[in-house]
Amino acid sequence: MEKELKVKKIKNGIVLDHLPCGKVLDIIKILNIDKKTGETVSILMNVESASKGKKDIIKIENKKLEDLNIDKIAIIAPNATVNIIKDFQVVKKRKIRIPDIIDIINCPNPSCITNQKEPVKPKLLVEQTEPLKARCYYCERVFTKEELVENI
Amino acid sequence: MNIISTRHMKRSFIEEVLERTKKMDPVAESKKQLDILEGKILATLFFEPSTRTNLSFTTAMKMLGGTVIGFDNPRTSSVKKGETLADTIRVVQSYANAIVMRHPNEGAAALAAEFTNIPIINAGDGSNQHPTQALLDLYTILKEKHKIDGLEITLAGDLKYGRTIHSLAYALGKFDVSIVFASPPALRIQRWIINDLKSAGISVKETDNIETTSDVLYLTRIQKERFPDIEEYQKVASAYVLNEESLKKIGKETMIMHPLPRVNEITPEIDHDKRAKYFVQSSYGIPTRMAILSMVMGD
Repeated sequence: MEKELKVKKIKNGIVLDHLPCGKVLDIIKILNIDKKTGETVSILMNVESASKGKKDIIKIENKKLEDLNIDKIAIIAPNATVNIIKDFQVVKKRKIRIPDIIDIINCPNPSCITNQKEPVKPKLLVEQTEPLKARCYYCERVFTKEELVENI
Repeated sequence: MNIISTRHMKRSFIEEVLERTKKMDPVAESKKQLDILEGKILATLFFEPSTRTNLSFTTAMKMLGGTVIGFDNPRTSSVKKGETLADTIRVVQSYANAIVMRHPNEGAAALAAEFTNIPIINAGDGSNQHPTQALLDLYTILKEKHKIDGLEITLAGDLKYGRTIHSLAYALGKFDVSIVFASPPALRIQRWIINDLKSAGISVKETDNIETTSDVLYLTRIQKERFPDIEEYQKVASAYVLNEESLKKIGKETMIMHPLPRVNEITPEIDHDKRAKYFVQSSYGIPTRMAILSMVMGD
């Protein structure tokens, strides 16, 4: 017997699954979805998860994988899964992974040389994923997940 | 070869610096010039003013027979015109064989090293690191205590913003030592430094006062600007002052060190005490920097 779905299946697009409860709004912020882009987004919060407790889910219609900033999502939701949907079917399932080097958010140290208009990208070296800790290659400071997320 | 941070240094490298410093020590003392770096040019780029470190590097380079170019006032340099550090480094590399630089922003030396193939020596990057100071501090400990392994060292004062403290803590972390961090609660050393040291197997303790019987007491200045009001500063800073009275609570064999300049934290009346070694420590800056310059530029 098929499980009852609270939100209908999407035809084409992306489903972000296994998001930690309460982080959906943070993730929506970095997805760059607004009136102009026009995608239909469904949010499910506190959904029973088969494996571990509760989870949040985001379904975005007509969004492509390359349009998402996976590294940013990984920082907020390191255990999330991205499902790519075509014709109502999951055609690809990808587990999100925190990258070894985070270069998509600025060093949270305002006095770091990388925040001074120099021609370099930030380089935050991930030293630990659970809980997340990353060290700036340049200023050598170590930042927690909360400090990194604030800078997204 | 770059000298950016003591965190990256291997113990064998530090020992090589200390060994070479020992050889340079009598040369520096006699003030006899060598010709090891004859024909070589050192650029000293001080984006933040410094007297001691700049003079010390200049003297060391001249003692080795080399030439020095540079600036120590960023207000008169191209920085004032808005040039990036990356551009300054790319230009200066064609003038010199190595660059010594001090910069107000953390990570500046690491960034500079990415834009040149000539050696970069970090003479202070914001509140991050001052590795050549740490190396001369280690030489002082070795020279005066005849060993580093097995010692207990108390690092005291402004542990949060003090780059000499950060460099020395990581450098000491390559040896078999115990470290005591003594500071007001608002100026504690950063958590990640404690974690890094513990991961390296170093015994670490934190305390609020400088009364100690450690082998070494390394005191640094607590700056007014770190406190919201002057009363709070005075209350805190007075507990980190060494004078005739507070010296009585310090171990009979405890060597007193300070990176200088001092302001009020060590009163001149204790300068004559046999435990006070900060001026000797300062004098080791020349042989240490001679050793470092000869290692990065020598053939």
